[in-house]
Amino acid sequence: MPWIDACSRDDIDVEDLIRWDHAGQTFAIYRSPEGEFYATAGLCTHENVHLCDGLVMGHLIECPKHNGQFDYRTGEARRTPACVNLRTFPVKIEGDRVFVELA
Amino acid sequence: MGKRDYSLLGADGKRAVESGLTAAEWYHSDVPRKVMKDLMARSDGPAIRDTVTLCGCMILFAGIGITLWPSWWSAPFWLAYGVLYGSASDSRWHECGHGTAFKTPWMNNVVYEIASFMIMRNSATWRWSHARHHSETYLVGRDPEIAVMRPPEVAKLVLNFFGIMDVIAFFPRILSNAVSGPTAEERTYVPHNEWGKVQRVAIIHVATYGATVGLAVWMGSILPLMVIGLPRMYGAWHHVMTGLLQHGGLADNVIDHRLNSRTVYMNPISRFIYWNMNYHVEHHMFPMVPYHALPRLHEAIRDDLPPPNRSIAEAFREMWPAIRRQVLNEDYYVRRALPPTAKPYREDLHQYVPGVTQPGAAE
Ligand code: FES
Repeated sequence: MPWIDACSRDDIDVEDLIRWDHAGQTFAIYRSPEGEFYATAGLCTHENVHLCDGLVMGHLIECPKHNGQFDYRTGEARRTPACVNLRTFPVKIEGDRVFVELA
Repeated sequence: MGKRDYSLLGADGKRAVESGLTAAEWYHSDVPRKVMKDLMARSDGPAIRDTVTLCGCMILFAGIGITLWPSWWSAPFWLAYGVLYGSASDSRWHECGHGTAFKTPWMNNVVYEIASFMIMRNSATWRWSHARHHSETYLVGRDPEIAVMRPPEVAKLVLNFFGIMDVIAFFPRILSNAVSGPTAEERTYVPHNEWGKVQRVAIIHVATYGATVGLAVWMGSILPLMVIGLPRMYGAWHHVMTGLLQHGGLADNVIDHRLNSRTVYMNPISRFIYWNMNYHVEHHMFPMVPYHALPRLHEAIRDDLPPPNRSIAEAFREMWPAIRRQVLNEDYYVRRALPPTAKPYREDLHQYVPGVTQPGAAE
């Protein structure tokens, strides 16, 4: 599947995330405290709330609705009520741009 | 309109799902992302300070109460201990259940388990019921934590100031959980993989109460129960008083927390006991903001909210007559005016739900 140009590196603060919508789907793109970029499905697996208003703490994203948590690097659900893992997507950087590979 | 059916397995719950009410997006005041990130930031400091203060006071008051027992001079110390045990535990259960009180997860979990025991809630079921309370706040037939069901049974509300209804409901339920896991209603919101935990927690609670009663029988004194169990009754009044104010007399079946929740300015002691949950509209709109940041959140969005009640007494003067009117007219609710700076109330969706409140029915 193709790599899609999603955003610029500077669009995302360190230890934060943004929402990215593409082809009728919604995603979350993260910038870790180390400056690495990651991408996951945008909606929490508990109740379809978008994670973009959530809080990034280290490598965890906390959902804004019920405080469920995921490791955004692996998608692993780390705190209830989130029990089902998040889908993750490969990310690469080219120059100033962040690309996400959609499967 | 028809009578409300609060059963989680009943007709109103089904209607709320079918009409799309449960899937609707709730109103949120606008807060710039940078400000919100700052408000959501976690720290251990405030909760450690408050927890040490709480435990220190409980040990002190219980110690003096035991020393002076059975003299009546011990009574004020039991009353103070009781409020901390039977009311402060409610807010600790709540904030640590959200995982926002402390930054360190194990600290939230330890305080959550102990507070759940004190407030007589199964920690493994109430975590899920509270998630539902946040998703579907005061949606009839969906929210398992509706404190004032309409038409209100005022006698039961009054009895609960002494924990009576809660305790009567707790013991059969925890025994049932200990024997056979979650009840049929609990199974509607607790995922299957947590059912074993529900049972394990219940067994620990039952064993602890059994040991306390056994000790009381062996000593021939209710003193052990004054320390464990009874304070859930003689100290419940504060959390019932503040808990009723959260949503009492306000709208149900709406998707705007400004219509169904109440913010009340309170004195510092009540705010310590209640861990700032008096900022209740703010808490429901943004549950990721820790208790210690709620006053700052209030300042950030107050222009978009109905004016807060200025005191507990003033809030009761608004709520209590509304509850009494609901005894005869269960569709009545208090609808607070918004300031001119606020965005209008969202009431587009719930008008179409059959069999439930129409906002125009309010006076
Ligand atoms: S919607 Fe994300 S934890 Fe519930």
